[in-house]
Amino acid sequence: MLAFPLQFLTTIGRTTRLALAATGQFARFTASGLRACVQPPFYPRLLGHQLLAIGYYSLPVVGMTAMFTGMVLALQIYLGSARFSAESAVASIVVIGITRELGPVIAGLMVAGRVGAAIAAEIGTMRVTEQIDALETLSTDPFRYLVAPRLIAAAITMPMLVLIGDIIGVFGAYVIGVNKLGFAPTVYIHNTWDFLEVMDVVSGLVKASVFGFIIALMGCYYGYQSRGGAQGVGAATTSAVVTASILLIGADYLLSEMFFAQ
Amino acid sequence: MTDAVPKIRLKGVRKAFGRKTVLKGVDIDVAKGESLVVIGGSGTGKSVLLKCIIGLLPPDAGSILVDGAEVVGLRGRERAEVRRKFGMLFQSAALFDSLNVWENVAFGLIEGRGMARREARAKAMDMLARVGLGADVGNLSPSELSGGMRKRVGLARAIATEPEILFFDEPTTGLDPIMSEVINELIVKCVRELGATAISITHDLGSARKIADRVAMLHGGNIVWEGPVAELDKSSNAFVDQFINGRAEGPIHVEVAAG
Repeated sequence: MLAFPLQFLTTIGRTTRLALAATGQFARFTASGLRACVQPPFYPRLLGHQLLAIGYYSLPVVGMTAMFTGMVLALQIYLGSARFSAESAVASIVVIGITRELGPVIAGLMVAGRVGAAIAAEIGTMRVTEQIDALETLSTDPFRYLVAPRLIAAAITMPMLVLIGDIIGVFGAYVIGVNKLGFAPTVYIHNTWDFLEVMDVVSGLVKASVFGFIIALMGCYYGYQSRGGAQGVGAATTSAVVTASILLIGADYLLSEMFFAQ
Repeated sequence: MTDAVPKIRLKGVRKAFGRKTVLKGVDIDVAKGESLVVIGGSGTGKSVLLKCIIGLLPPDAGSILVDGAEVVGLRGRERAEVRRKFGMLFQSAALFDSLNVWENVAFGLIEGRGMARREARAKAMDMLARVGLGADVGNLSPSELSGGMRKRVGLARAIATEPEILFFDEPTTGLDPIMSEVINELIVKCVRELGATAISITHDLGSARKIADRVAMLHGGNIVWEGPVAELDKSSNAFVDQFINGRAEGPIHVEVAAG
């Protein structure tokens, strides 16, 4: 009769211990990553390469999703606000929605899928083919050589991507507003501009930077920890994207609370 | 010579992964300029042994002395200082596929030693010539190379910084007999030219006989035999006999059935 509760407690104990060990490992990884971002040696060539890979090449994806998001947002808000005859608010609601929330979150999720997966796959492959071990034997710190350039590049380029995405998204809404919903172009632009506050945009860009950091960190972490060949790299890639996406939405709430809750 | 400080000395090195103990207390000395080959079956912890010595894995217990100084637990700058003494050829060569061949060879010179790119490139081409590869190979990407060429580039990268200690992890695995012989000869030549101390791990006995001054056999997490390569055939050690004759019957039990 004693066996069952004992087994039960053992399971709880083991699970707790594993969870704590994983948390500790992740915290140590993050600390090493951050330290590598501020302590030399730096690798400007690699940073440049990552700025291009993470930022520039994400432009089409972010631009297109922002465009469609703006379009659908204009349509839905128009239809919704028509119920209480508030159609004139469409432009201002769209721009606030995009700059504060949808711009950073949708760009973040797209970049998590594109860049987070790529980082995890690349670093994971380097891990399982012993390239990371080789780096260390050649007196090069993998955190400075691999992790730091990705963290920095993602944290810098995400706000730029989101700013561009914001503009494209508002433009998408404008196209629908003017061509389909019958707003006069000047009125639409006026309404967009008049109700927009600096803080709407700035908060979105700060979010974007945090999201970029989370995405790159998850990609690096899961890639770095991957074990066991192709399957391990595949699992690392999935974990990186899923975890980054969840953390990103969680961070989005916390940051919104920080910026706007009174 | 007996009182000279060994280049590498391992005392009671233990390493376990979870509940699986891989090294149970390995003691071994490698004299300066000596070439030790560690033989043993697959999965006996040969690679783990090398990775513990070079500091890629922390041993759970025991001590590892390089030039008489403890290296277990070193971090940061001190660890980097010790690492400069080592060069390693990995099993799959572990070339960086984001860099071309000469950049791979020059990596330790540029990133590790801060050498200028132009100078490092010349030295890398030199190293490639040493392992029998032409300058045209230097601009290829690692994915364009055959297995034998990858090993040679890996060897060139390992020796480029002229390390005092060289490690070879299964240098001939996956190569045809002729290419294996080419690699063996290159290893012997490079180790001799550098005057380096070498540890190789292999289960290829032809390779072991060619490279080794001394052979140690790892089994069940312990060194079960060690001696000069000439004594390999008359060791009268049951483990060694079974291994070198490739018999399925003997003290080494091969797990055939899936656990």
